[in-house]
Amino acid sequence: MPDDVKNKAGLLERLQFIDRRYIFIFIALAVIIPLLLGLRFEEEPSPIVLALYDKIDEMPPGSRLLMSFDYGPTTAPEIQPMVDVILRHACLKDLKVYLMAVWATGQSLTVQTVEQVLMPEFPDYEYGIDYVNLGYKAGNQGLIRVIVDDMKRMYSTDANGTDIEEIPIMKQVSSLKDMDLIVSFGGGFPGIKEWILFAGDPGGIPVGGACTAVSAPQLYPYYPNQMVGLLGGIKGAAEYESHVLNTYPEAFAKTPTPGMNMMVAQMVAHIVIMLFIVFGNVMYFMYRGKERKLTLEK
Amino acid sequence: MWRRTVPIMITFFVGTVLVVAEFIPHKPFGNLGEDFSLYFDIIAVFAFILGGGNLCRVHFSKIYRGKTDWQFSIVTLLGFFVMLAAGLFKIGNPMGIQGDVTAAGSLFADLYDSIFTPLQGTMYALLAFFVASASYRAFRAKNIDASILLIAAFVILLGRTPAPSLIADFFAGAGIGFMATAFNFVPTLTDWIMDVPNLAGQRAILIGIALGVISMALRLILGVERTYLGADSK
Repeated sequence: MPDDVKNKAGLLERLQFIDRRYIFIFIALAVIIPLLLGLRFEEEPSPIVLALYDKIDEMPPGSRLLMSFDYGPTTAPEIQPMVDVILRHACLKDLKVYLMAVWATGQSLTVQTVEQVLMPEFPDYEYGIDYVNLGYKAGNQGLIRVIVDDMKRMYSTDANGTDIEEIPIMKQVSSLKDMDLIVSFGGGFPGIKEWILFAGDPGGIPVGGACTAVSAPQLYPYYPNQMVGLLGGIKGAAEYESHVLNTYPEAFAKTPTPGMNMMVAQMVAHIVIMLFIVFGNVMYFMYRGKERKLTLEK
Repeated sequence: MWRRTVPIMITFFVGTVLVVAEFIPHKPFGNLGEDFSLYFDIIAVFAFILGGGNLCRVHFSKIYRGKTDWQFSIVTLLGFFVMLAAGLFKIGNPMGIQGDVTAAGSLFADLYDSIFTPLQGTMYALLAFFVASASYRAFRAKNIDASILLIAAFVILLGRTPAPSLIADFFAGAGIGFMATAFNFVPTLTDWIMDVPNLAGQRAILIGIALGVISMALRLILGVERTYLGADSK
C-alpha cells in the first residue's frame, strides 16, 4: 500500500487495535459494579441442568450421594457455587453425603465446604452418620478403578484418620456400586470424564458433573446416556440456584446465591466484550472501505 | 540387546495380560487391572521425589550461577520447603501428627487458604481480561468462515446470560413483538449450537482420539513404537 494511503487510513487501522488497557478497565468495571450492587435475575434451567436437579430431587431420603472435589483454588470461584447449591439440595433431601477428592487441591476445599455450608446451615447433619469426608487419595483414574470394586482397599481411614470400620455411614458401603449417584466437580484431569469411564460405565453408577464453562462442551457427548446431567460454569450454578429457590422458597430464601449474583457480572462482561467486537469489526470494515477508495483514487 | 529386548518383552507381557484381563473377570485375571493401578501409584510416588529433587537442582543451580531472575528461584524454593515442612510435620495441627494435613488451624491449611488460594484465583481471574482483549482482536468477519464463527460466538455469549429474556421483555413492553420473539429464541439457538454442531465436533474428536489410543497401544505392545525407551531405542 502506498504511504499516503497508509497515513490516511492510519487512524482507522489504529482503532482496530486499541490499547488493551482500555479493554481491561471496561472489563474490570463490568465485573466489579454488578457484584457490588448484588443484583440477581431468575434463570430458566436448561434441560442438562434440570436433569441433574431432577435426579437429586427424586432420590429418596437416605440415598447415598458421592461428591468428588476434583478442582483447585484456580477454578474454585466458578465451581464452588455449584458445590454449595448441590450440597444444600442434598442435605435438604436428607441424603447421605460422601465427600472425597481425586485432586490434592480438592481436600482443603472439601473441609472449607463442610465448615462454611454443611455445619452452619445443617446443624442436624452428624459427621459419620449423615456425611463423611474421605479426603484425598493419589492415583487419579487408578484410584477410581480400584474403589469401583472395593472401597476399603484404598480407604482404610477417613480424612481425619478415623478407622473406616468405626464410621457408621461407611458400614453400608463396600464399593462405589453402593452409591446412588456420583457428582464430580471440576472439568480437568482426572475429573468428570474419568468418573464416567472408570466408575459410571463399568459399575453402572449414575454420574453427574459440574465443571467450568470452558470444559462443558467437551462433556456434552456423554449426556444423557453416560452422564445424568451437567452444570457448566456460573450459568449452570445460576440455573440450579434459581430452580432450587423457586421449588423450595422457604428453605432457600436466606441462603446466598453466588451463582445468580456472578451471572449478572458475567452478563455485563459478555455485553462489553460483544460491544468491543462490534466496534472492532466496524473499524475493520471502515478501514477496508477507505483503503479500497484511496487505492482506486491513486 | 538387554536394554531394548527386556523392556519390550515386559511391555508386551503386561499389555497383553491387561487386555486379556478385561475379558476374564475371574482370578487371577479379575483384579489385575486394579492391582496394576496400585503399582502405578507406588511408582508415581518415586516420580514425586524425582520431581522435587529436579526442582531443587534447577533452582539451586539458577541461584548459584546468578542467572536472570534468580530471585524468583528463592521464592520458589522457600515456598516448596515451607509447604513441605508444614505438611510433613503437621506444624500447628490441632490433632497432632496423626491429624488430617488440612485440618483447620494447621500451618499447612493457613498457608493454603491465605496464600495459595488467592494467588491461584488471581491468576485464573486474569484470564477474563486476556480473553476479552484477544476476542476484540481475533473476531473479525474477514470471510465466510470467520463470520459464521463470529455469529456463533455472539449467540453463545448472549445466550449464556439472562440478557436475551431481559431484552425480550423490554421489546415486548415497547410493543415490538418480532424483536421480543427473536431475543426469546436466542437461548434455544444457544442450546442447539451446543447440542448439535458442538456435539458432532466433540464426538468426532473423541472417536479420533480413541482410535489413536488403540493404535498407539497396539504399536507399544507389539514393539513397533520404541521411543519410550529413550535414545538407545533404535
